Amino acid sequence: MTAVRGALRASMLLRSVALVVVVGVVLLLVTESLSSYRNLQLADGAYYFCVLAGLTVLAGSSGQISLGHGAFMAVGAYTVAKLGNAGWALLPELVAAVVVTLVVGIPVGMAASRLRGPYLAGATLAFAVGLPALADKFPSFLGGENGLSINPPVPPSSLGASFPLERWEAWIACAGALVTLFVFYNVIHSSIGRSFRAVRDDEIAASLVGLRVGRRQTLAFALSAAAAGLGGGLLAVVTQLAQPGAFPLQLSLTLLAGVVIGGLGSLWGAVWGAALLVLLPNWTNDIANSFSLSTSVSHNLPIAVYGLVLIGAMLLWPSGIQGGVRAAVAAVRPRVAGRAGRGRPAAVSEAGAGESPVPVSSDQAASDEAAKAPSER
Amino acid sequence: MTKFIDLTLSGISDGAIYAAVALALVLIWRSTRIVNFAQGAMLMITTFIASAVINSGGSYVLGFAVALASGFVFGAVVERVVVRPIEHAPPLNAVILTLGLYTLLVAVAGMIWGNTPRSFPAAFSLRGYKVGGTTLLFTPNDTFIVLVVIAVAVALALLFRATSVGLRMRAAAFAPEVARLLGVRVGRMLTLGWALAAMTGALAGVLVAPSVFLGPNSFDPILIIGFVAAVLGGLDSPPGAVVGGLVLGLALSYVSGYEGSALVPLAALAILVIVLMIRPTGLFSATKERRV
Amino acid sequence: MLTIEELTTDYGPVRAVDHVSLEVPDGSVTAVLGANGAGKTTLLRTLTGLVRPSSGHVTLAGRDITRLPVEEIVRLGMAHVPEGRGVIAELTVQENLRLGGMWRGRDAAPPAEIYELFPRLEERRTQPASRLSGGERQMLSIGRALMGRPRVLLLDEPSLGLAPVLVAQIMSLVRKLADTLGLTVLLVEQNARSALSIASRGVVLNLGRVVAEQDPHKLAADDRLLHAYLGF
Ligand SMILES: Nc1ncnc2c1ncn2[C@@H]1O[C@H](COP(=O)(O)OP(=O)(O)OP(=O)(O)O)[C@@H](O)[C@H]1O
Ligand SMILES: [Mg+2]
Repeated sequence: MTAVRGALRASMLLRSVALVVVVGVVLLLVTESLSSYRNLQLADGAYYFCVLAGLTVLAGSSGQISLGHGAFMAVGAYTVAKLGNAGWALLPELVAAVVVTLVVGIPVGMAASRLRGPYLAGATLAFAVGLPALADKFPSFLGGENGLSINPPVPPSSLGASFPLERWEAWIACAGALVTLFVFYNVIHSSIGRSFRAVRDDEIAASLVGLRVGRRQTLAFALSAAAAGLGGGLLAVVTQLAQPGAFPLQLSLTLLAGVVIGGLGSLWGAVWGAALLVLLPNWTNDIANSFSLSTSVSHNLPIAVYGLVLIGAMLLWPSGIQGGVRAAVAAVRPRVAGRAGRGRPAAVSEAGAGESPVPVSSDQAASDEAAKAPSER
Repeated sequence: MTKFIDLTLSGISDGAIYAAVALALVLIWRSTRIVNFAQGAMLMITTFIASAVINSGGSYVLGFAVALASGFVFGAVVERVVVRPIEHAPPLNAVILTLGLYTLLVAVAGMIWGNTPRSFPAAFSLRGYKVGGTTLLFTPNDTFIVLVVIAVAVALALLFRATSVGLRMRAAAFAPEVARLLGVRVGRMLTLGWALAAMTGALAGVLVAPSVFLGPNSFDPILIIGFVAAVLGGLDSPPGAVVGGLVLGLALSYVSGYEGSALVPLAALAILVIVLMIRPTGLFSATKERRV
Repeated sequence: MLTIEELTTDYGPVRAVDHVSLEVPDGSVTAVLGANGAGKTTLLRTLTGLVRPSSGHVTLAGRDITRLPVEEIVRLGMAHVPEGRGVIAELTVQENLRLGGMWRGRDAAPPAEIYELFPRLEERRTQPASRLSGGERQMLSIGRALMGRPRVLLLDEPSLGLAPVLVAQIMSLVRKLADTLGLTVLLVEQNARSALSIASRGVVLNLGRVVAEQDPHKLAADDRLLHAYLGF
């Protein structure tokens, strides 16, 4: 038992594999018992997770925020749609979606790495509005306003003839989410992740110790774009459609609400955020029904909540749910927080209003220490 | 050739509107170092209010006046209630906050007025002037738009340059701490700055609504283009915002005329990226004086 | 009369002003001396409300002003010429001056009065303040403070970076203002000799505390004290 624990502590790769296997098995069992509707929701949550994980790593690790990730989702979705209609199989299609968005993400990231604050926000906002307009420019290739439709994925016959489509879609989307989790877990806990955070915390100091700040930020941006591309590709598979209307400005702002509510900088935060994005429209719908509100009210209620969440988070709770959970854990178990060392003051300051919304993640800092420990001995 | 002239003329009237939006952004940036991404939604709300006044029997002039007045109040309230608490927070907080406000306002407008765009009356005829048999793509209403925006720009310039309130506002924007030491009530100046900015935005909303229709998301492209215009002009300079708006109006009019309107947002993005890469402080901003 | 009682100001864990008590009579010039980091600037900033004290009181002409906002303290006649002059570079000389008197309304000093004190400023009236030399900026900053006809003038290192001739001019001007207008002056200086030469009283700060408060001539002659706290 201690040997296993020691091995887990020593190897980040092993830990991440263990994490992915455990989460995967849990998801597999869960999908068995979920209704078709719930399985579709799970699929929605899984592709949102991919995008939010990328955004949160970008924000928490390199201090940039992007409002253009809705456009990267569109790139992924259109890639999947074009290739799917050209007869490609599912897996190569999704890989291609990742590769294409990575390639698009690199120049965008290079431009973004030179911009700060409101300039970056405005530029990525313009990107979110500008890119989907391409579908109108090339109606014969990209399908114009109506977009491109895709054939639904077919569950392999080995699963049995009656295997529900929704469960298969949930599996596909969850597999994508697990790959994202695996990659980002390793990125965050690797020397790359540490160098990202060094850049975020102090660009000048980072460049003095020889980190190439622009390159780190470009890399972080391109990685997060690729994750958004995967998310968009999965969205296309699940909804069987790639359409400019699916990627409005509002989507990018919803994603922003998702990362902010989850707490920037932690993968757990991305899970919370994804859950919120899926469940909130349901809840507000229920509320609207039970108060028999009009459809224009019930349609706009989730969006109003996202807006309130963003405003409220900035005014009251700048580190999101995950920051709150961490603060609560730290309060209940001071020992844990104490062990986190340099993570603790950050967790405390996160609770204060007016702090930067890009907090140092205390659990990351703690694991950094753990990861470094063996080599120092 | 007539096409070129037409595109130039309509570019000027579009440019006047972009200039007004850019002015609204610049006024706020100068005084609080915040880009008000909620501006597009704020002017959408005030235009809906004007529409409600006109639909319930008020004259166009009354609707126009109500839009400006409600913009003024709205700007002041936003500054006092949500912006004041994050004034000293890192810049990212303000970005997220104003985007949250944008999102909230769009949703609220959708709840009250529905998401289907509706028409909005123009002040003057939308039929182009006739010059020697050909009809130009420039209408009496375009003349009105250009004149009103010029009038507002001149009024703002006079306010800032020639009045003592304007002097106090500039002092509060350039050096808030020193201004306080000279007895300037900096908080009030910031509120006033937001109020004036939102009023200018409200003006742009009423002017542009006849051509884009009025819906919760109708003004999103104009906000983005206004931002590009403001950055083009240096984000810090009101005259720069006006020039930036006109330049962008012309450029986008040609793009739309010769390459199709689908490319307009992308062209705006391209111009923004080029400007930011070549000269992040904007093309028209004055170089910084020495500061000791 | 400006009265400071047990004033204490902290920046987080750093105590910059530590239980300082002073009485500054009307029409007097009090020189506040001290090494870098002694807390002189912080003392002045606390007096005008730019930073909040942790404890203690400030009374101006019998009124407790400790918790008033900066703008109100200024309106009670406290003028502060900040460290580094605080000229607003983007505004013209004239505009800087006008701003100084604006809170006073009609009772502000006419700019001509200031131009009489500093003829150089009149020549450069319409130029942006960014074009002024260091000495001219100091004149502008002091002139601007006088525009509001203040009761109390807080000067933070006016001699910084100025040629000795100019320092002497500024010092004698300060003395003259105190004598003719009855202005109460708190003069923060590193340049101990010139400050003490015109002061009615000298105060030495060290690590936020008053370590000496004396007649300026005695203080100027006290080599041991000046050496210990000012590095002479
Ligand atoms: N904004 C601040 N935050 C934290 N500490 C500060 C701040 N301003 C000053 N201090 C600290 O307070 C102490 C007093 O500083 P202050 O500026 O008042 O000194 P000073 O006597 O004016 O020095 P100098 O002669 O160099 O101007 C110093 O230790 C300084 O480091
Ligand atoms: Mg000092």
